[in-house]
Amino acid sequence: MTSGARHLYVHLPFCAHRCGYCDFVTVVGQAGQHRAYVDALLRELELERDSLAGELETVFLGGGTPTFTALPELVRLLEALPAAEEVTVEANPETVTPDLARALRGAGVTRVSLGAQSFRPELLQVLERVAGPDDVRRAVHHLRDAGFDNISLDLVYGIPGQSAADLEADLGDALALEPEHLSCYELEAKPGTRFTHAWGEELARQADAMEDYFERVVARLSGAGYRWYETANFCRADSERDLRSRHNLGYWLAHDYLGVGIGAVTTIENRRWRNTPRLGRYLEALAAGRGPERELESLDESVRARERVMLGLRLDEPLPLAGVRHALDAAGLSRVESLGLVERSADALTLTERGRFLGGAVTADLLA
Amino acid sequence: MDQSKIRNFSIIAHIDHGKSTLADRILEVTDTVAARDMKEQLLDSMDLERERGITIKAQAVRVAWKGHELNLIDTPGHVDFTYEVSRSLQACEGALLVVDAAQGIEAQTLANAYLAIENGLEIVPVVNKIDLPQADPDGAAVEVADLLGDDPTKVLRISAKTGENVADVLDAIVARVSPPAGDPAAPPRALVFDSAYDQYRGVVAFVRIVDGGFSRRESLQTMATGTRFEAEELGFFSPTMTPVPALSAGEVGYVVTGLKDLSSLRVGDTITSVARRAAEPLPGYKDVKPMVFAGLFPTDSDSYPELRDALERLKLNDAALFYEPENSRALGFGFRCGFLGLLHMEIVRERLEREFDLDLLVTAPNVAYRVKAKNGDWLEVHNPADFPAEVEEVEEPYVKSSIIVPKEYVGAVMELNNERRGTFDHMEYLSPARVHLTYQLPLAEIVLDYYDQLKSRTRGYASFDYDLAGFTAGNLVRVDVLVGGEPVDALSLIIHRDFAYDRGRLLVDKLREEIPRQMFDVPIQAAIGSRVIARETVKARRKDVLAKCYGGDISRKRKLLEKQKAGKKRMKQVGMVEVPQEAFLAVLNIGQGQKGGS
Repeated sequence: MTSGARHLYVHLPFCAHRCGYCDFVTVVGQAGQHRAYVDALLRELELERDSLAGELETVFLGGGTPTFTALPELVRLLEALPAAEEVTVEANPETVTPDLARALRGAGVTRVSLGAQSFRPELLQVLERVAGPDDVRRAVHHLRDAGFDNISLDLVYGIPGQSAADLEADLGDALALEPEHLSCYELEAKPGTRFTHAWGEELARQADAMEDYFERVVARLSGAGYRWYETANFCRADSERDLRSRHNLGYWLAHDYLGVGIGAVTTIENRRWRNTPRLGRYLEALAAGRGPERELESLDESVRARERVMLGLRLDEPLPLAGVRHALDAAGLSRVESLGLVERSADALTLTERGRFLGGAVTADLLA
Repeated sequence: MDQSKIRNFSIIAHIDHGKSTLADRILEVTDTVAARDMKEQLLDSMDLERERGITIKAQAVRVAWKGHELNLIDTPGHVDFTYEVSRSLQACEGALLVVDAAQGIEAQTLANAYLAIENGLEIVPVVNKIDLPQADPDGAAVEVADLLGDDPTKVLRISAKTGENVADVLDAIVARVSPPAGDPAAPPRALVFDSAYDQYRGVVAFVRIVDGGFSRRESLQTMATGTRFEAEELGFFSPTMTPVPALSAGEVGYVVTGLKDLSSLRVGDTITSVARRAAEPLPGYKDVKPMVFAGLFPTDSDSYPELRDALERLKLNDAALFYEPENSRALGFGFRCGFLGLLHMEIVRERLEREFDLDLLVTAPNVAYRVKAKNGDWLEVHNPADFPAEVEEVEEPYVKSSIIVPKEYVGAVMELNNERRGTFDHMEYLSPARVHLTYQLPLAEIVLDYYDQLKSRTRGYASFDYDLAGFTAGNLVRVDVLVGGEPVDALSLIIHRDFAYDRGRLLVDKLREEIPRQMFDVPIQAAIGSRVIARETVKARRKDVLAKCYGGDISRKRKLLEKQKAGKKRMKQVGMVEVPQEAFLAVLNIGQGQKGGS
């Protein structure tokens, strides 16, 4: 029925440094491999050409630090990728020079997502970020100068040592740059990471004090005219343009997508696969003209329905019930409904505001 | 066998005073078991008994000694099993009273010795463990002789461990214990003093033939329940099952009935012959009433039928076990069970878990209460949840407790008993160093942790026993626990008014720690009637979201939510509140180690 995925994700794993809290597939250094890696990406794309629709809606270059990739290689990649209505590149502020901004623009990029995280130097240090607060401001100006009219900033809250005043100041500094889009994530201290080892106890001590940070983020950004359109994502309300991330909407609406590169995940109809995260194995396979090693998962209809519920309830729009009713637990549904966390119409579910703050628990209740 | 050549006896001893070792030695000295086949504590054949060093089930073994047939009928040693002791004693004419030469008389020894004397048994006193370096055989012999009003020279001094003087014990049984005195020609009457269930052979009755006799294949009948069956096999234990063509007056043995219905043959009933029916049954045992009650719930509600079957099976061998279905809002379907005491409860629970492979949640035990309702009716309440909110009067069971303790711990024991609402009765010196104290105590005050407290405050030296002493009025109230405004029936307790506030606060504090935060505020209250005496709140969670969710981690996030969902399913639902089962367990356990609770 489908004529291929309309969303393409391209993973660029290279970074100058691996931050302690990061759990993405990254590769530090290896500058000599950038060219070979771009070759391999293009080859994988070639092998998967049939998985893609004739016309793409979105392309997303994520990392890693895509803009850490040697610029000629990055431009070569961008120019070789199929065209799409929205082309996003993730960037770290310190990598954004006027040249890079112009090169991205010239290569058809429509949207840049900047990893700002915070504007407090001491908190950036805790996160082991390379960029300082002024790098973020400079990066935004360079991008604006190059003509970008769709810029997103990533912020992290719940950083060890971050006070409520720090958070408010970060939000204020971010808003001052008037980004079209903001992603605000609570810092996740994943068990077993270097970061958790260093900061886990401190975070546990601060947990109570930080409990309302999520509410503060939503209140401040909503007050500034941003739409809380997804659990962790906000976009400027604009009567002319829909400034939501179209690529990520694709995930939340459970559309098919193709991912290429190491560790990249693809979901097409009832199949999901994850490429090997190992750079050497990936390069080797594609150099030999083979697809990379993959971990396969088959998704039956009930799994897909559960995922549609889980993802759809992250959005501020009603979740259509058609096709997902069997994935819902009737008792759980009436429970969260009676608690005022969900509103139900004949053919859709919507989380109330409180329901959205408790979205994970509500979803767990709702799922059959 | 000529009745004059038969002797039926039991051994009465405190735990660890050497009853099982003496039984082993008797089997050896009489060549019942060859030395090379001997293993320790042979008669304690159940795993459970062997581990705890106590005997639950009476069992009889026949030995031959100098032309006589001696039947040793095993008795349980613990305070909870007075009832079982009494039914073993009814099958005997004599009893060995065994006392540790280093320890002297203990409270249980006293209780069981009195029981034997009341049953008209000849007591043969024995001081054991004379081989121990710290033994004081003369001191122990004087204590025992004083107790029996006997001459210390008549007290035998033995070592069951080395076998020293064990033959004298057998000689004394033959010489001092009377032979059975039933009528061999009368219509048969046999007392069922225990029973067991065998998967292939059905119910096996342990009997003492009083009058007449039975033959194999004879049609038999129980007199109380009227159950008819054929004696598929008759025999005795020596110590393995040894079939015989007939059992006659005075003998002890077993009858394989082939009965499959567990309730058709009751311990304490009289078996007679269908062809030659006796006119009157033998006096049965006094009907013991369970005094300690607790709810037993399967952890997995699907195992309810297995729990029901298991209780039915246990009941066959344990007439004192009482159970009825209970439906708790918090814990689901289970059974309210009545026990003779705490040890009895522990043993039943362990057997259910071990022999029947069940996972159980056991509520805090409580006692039986007599309650006079507003309308003037008296009712007996076994479950705090059934305790009326408004009562005219309440009575609770009391015990007369008997404590033997070295004199330096008398103060500690008195202090404990005062904390437990005890009333001092009597104190006497058994010897210059040992004191016997008696107190009236509410049973509710000893069902939880009294024995542990007593042991720890006397460095393990105190021995303790009790007898039920009837019901006495008490200033008792029911404390309810409400979670999210819903009463949690399984946590209700009945308690003396003076302890209600402290206990209520403790329960509420503990629950607040144990109940995870929910999507809404959860008030936790302790209340007497409509009056709240303690309150805490589990604050609502303000956020619970998966921060990021993009194409790369949809599977992982889905699995996280599925795990969260599975966790929710394991919780018990109290109204809207999800309570993990462990929370109930933790709260039920705080009863232990806290004073003044039931």
